[in-house]
Amino acid sequence: MPINYYIFLAIALFSIGVVGVLTRRNAIIIFMCIELMLNSVNLLLVAFSKMHHLAAGATPTTGIDGQLFVFFIMVVAAAEVSVGLAIIVMMYRNIHSVDVNFLNRLKH
Amino acid sequence: MKNALQLAYLIPLFPLLGFLLNGLGRKYFSKGLIGTIGSGAILASFAVSLWVFFQVKSGNTHVAHYFNFISVGDLKIPFAFQIDQLSSLFLLIITGIGFLIHLYSTAYMHDEKPEHFGRYFAYLNLFVFSMLLLVMGANFVIMFIGWEGVGLCSYLLIGFWFKKDEYNKAASKAFIMNRIGDLAFLIALFWLINKTGTVTFLEVFSAESLSKLSDRDITVITALLFVGATGKSAQIPLYTWLPDAMAGPTPVSALIHAATMVTAGIYMIARSNVLYSMAPAVMTVIAVVGLATALLAATIALKQNDIKKVLAYSTVSQLGYMFLALGTGSYVAAVFHVMTHAFFKALMFLGSGSVIHAMGGEQDIRKMGGLSKYMKITNITFLIGCLAIAGIPGLSGFFSKDEILAGAFATSPVFYAIGLFTALLTAFYMFRLYATTFRGSFRGTHEQEHHLHESPAAMTIPLIVLAVLSIVGGYVGVPEFIAAGAHSLKDFLHPIFEPSYKILQEHHVSHETEWGLTIGSTIAILAVVIYAWTRFSKKPDLAEPQGIGKVLANKWYVDEIYDAVIVKPLNKLGALLNNIFETKVIDGIVNGVGRLVNYGGRQLRWVQSGQVGLYVLLMVLSMIVIFVLQFFFRK
Repeated sequence: MPINYYIFLAIALFSIGVVGVLTRRNAIIIFMCIELMLNSVNLLLVAFSKMHHLAAGATPTTGIDGQLFVFFIMVVAAAEVSVGLAIIVMMYRNIHSVDVNFLNRLKH
Repeated sequence: MKNALQLAYLIPLFPLLGFLLNGLGRKYFSKGLIGTIGSGAILASFAVSLWVFFQVKSGNTHVAHYFNFISVGDLKIPFAFQIDQLSSLFLLIITGIGFLIHLYSTAYMHDEKPEHFGRYFAYLNLFVFSMLLLVMGANFVIMFIGWEGVGLCSYLLIGFWFKKDEYNKAASKAFIMNRIGDLAFLIALFWLINKTGTVTFLEVFSAESLSKLSDRDITVITALLFVGATGKSAQIPLYTWLPDAMAGPTPVSALIHAATMVTAGIYMIARSNVLYSMAPAVMTVIAVVGLATALLAATIALKQNDIKKVLAYSTVSQLGYMFLALGTGSYVAAVFHVMTHAFFKALMFLGSGSVIHAMGGEQDIRKMGGLSKYMKITNITFLIGCLAIAGIPGLSGFFSKDEILAGAFATSPVFYAIGLFTALLTAFYMFRLYATTFRGSFRGTHEQEHHLHESPAAMTIPLIVLAVLSIVGGYVGVPEFIAAGAHSLKDFLHPIFEPSYKILQEHHVSHETEWGLTIGSTIAILAVVIYAWTRFSKKPDLAEPQGIGKVLANKWYVDEIYDAVIVKPLNKLGALLNNIFETKVIDGIVNGVGRLVNYGGRQLRWVQSGQVGLYVLLMVLSMIVIFVLQFFFRK
């Protein structure tokens, strides 16, 4: 499959994520959109890694660090999710809502 | 083996220590201790100076190098002292007369509170220290440090009685006038460094560095240095500070404004004599300015009634004489006159101090008269000073003045004629001063007459010593035509001025002509002295001056002219800048910046709404803008 397909898919996923973060007010959905953006990047990394690997041919390790990065991103994302969800739970306990627009109290 | 003259640093060290001790301890020491420290420091310096002088006399000259004062790139300015014939002679004058005046001050200033007494001696010691730096420095920069130091001390001592506002104004005037000259001095220094890369005397005056200087360079440098000298040595156009400087205590006037500081300009030009000999145009300017100053100041002195003002204008006039000597190439005569003038003018200032002391602070000679009955020593010593400055044969002033006039005659008979006329004026106003003060009958109040007394020994001893010096001081320079080979000063200073003699062609005047000139001028001076003496003893000049006399009494209105031409326009300009430029432009800029920030802040407030979504939106939009820009503007 040509690399273009992966790129367009990743762009589509990323844009959905950005628009979701910008437009939605539900904290959980915003969270999901962030995950979406992270995963679109992962997808790109894997696609390019594969492409380089095929282009180099002779040496089997070429392009392998792209896939390594993906694992890092997954680990960090998992850690982030655990912290983020904990914050959202605490938020719900306090204001009985997960609407981020209620969270602008720092301004007052 | 190290040269013994390396020890010369002791000479300025003692006054510096005296300054520190008296300055820091002025509140704790008794007056006796302060006076002992102050005078003792100078006496110690004098002792070392004597030793140095005899070393130099036996042919040992030396440049004592201590450390590098400034070292930038190729430019190295060492902190070094040059001990040679010229500086050792000045060392003797400064420390010798300095000591006598310190001694005199212990009695003259005795009515001051201990604190101010200590301050006075601290300043005086600091002055001597700076003056010693000035004459000992082996390069123009060390000389400049001393040059500024003496200016500072002069300022401090003129304004010593700082409670009187006019004294402070006189002090500021002296300082500002000096600064104008100092600026020219500095520019000359920079010019010199730029062209030759050195400021050390021996290197600058060497043939190698002189070859780097074009005629124009030498003319500009010497002219600028001369402007510096006109400030320090009170020549036209910067002389007006010196008469006002009489606001300071009388011993200060004697030391700073007669014997030492004001001769710094002459010293500097004598030191740079090679440069000046190579700039004949500047030499002519110096001679003309000196002569004009001598004449102008002498005419003003004719009608002054303040005893110190007469002496001040006389000092300006005599300094003009010295510049005439420098300008006509008779450097030895200039240095000779510095020496003899230091003796008799210090003597007369101290004598006037003694008179003022006895009169309880009165300085107006119209209220004196007949003081010879009450103050015998002051009377005789003051008379000796007057005879010396008038140029009566046998006294020191005769020899030095005669040498200057002979040099002037050799250059141009016109110079000689004006110089002789000035000498006659000098004799006239000096004996007007003497006769009005000491002869006739007393014209002050009864109370003052009761108070009249001879001054204490600490004041009369310096007077006697200076009177003796005023008599015998001239015999080191007996002119060639009276006794061949008797001019020991000329032989002593020969190594200093030798390079100039090679450049300048000597004008020789025959011995017969010199005899004629001397006898003629002596007869004229004697006639003037006798006329002034008899006239003012019988009928002192008490009436308010009229006509030309009024112009002279008002000093040719020079101060008023300066005021109208320079001071007032400057003040107007200052007021203009203050009222218009300051309020409109400067304040406008400052307040404008404030208003701009205020306005910008108000406009940007909506961005900081506290809505996280908006922040994210802005972030994303900015990123898109950056991507787009990068896409279009990538290289």
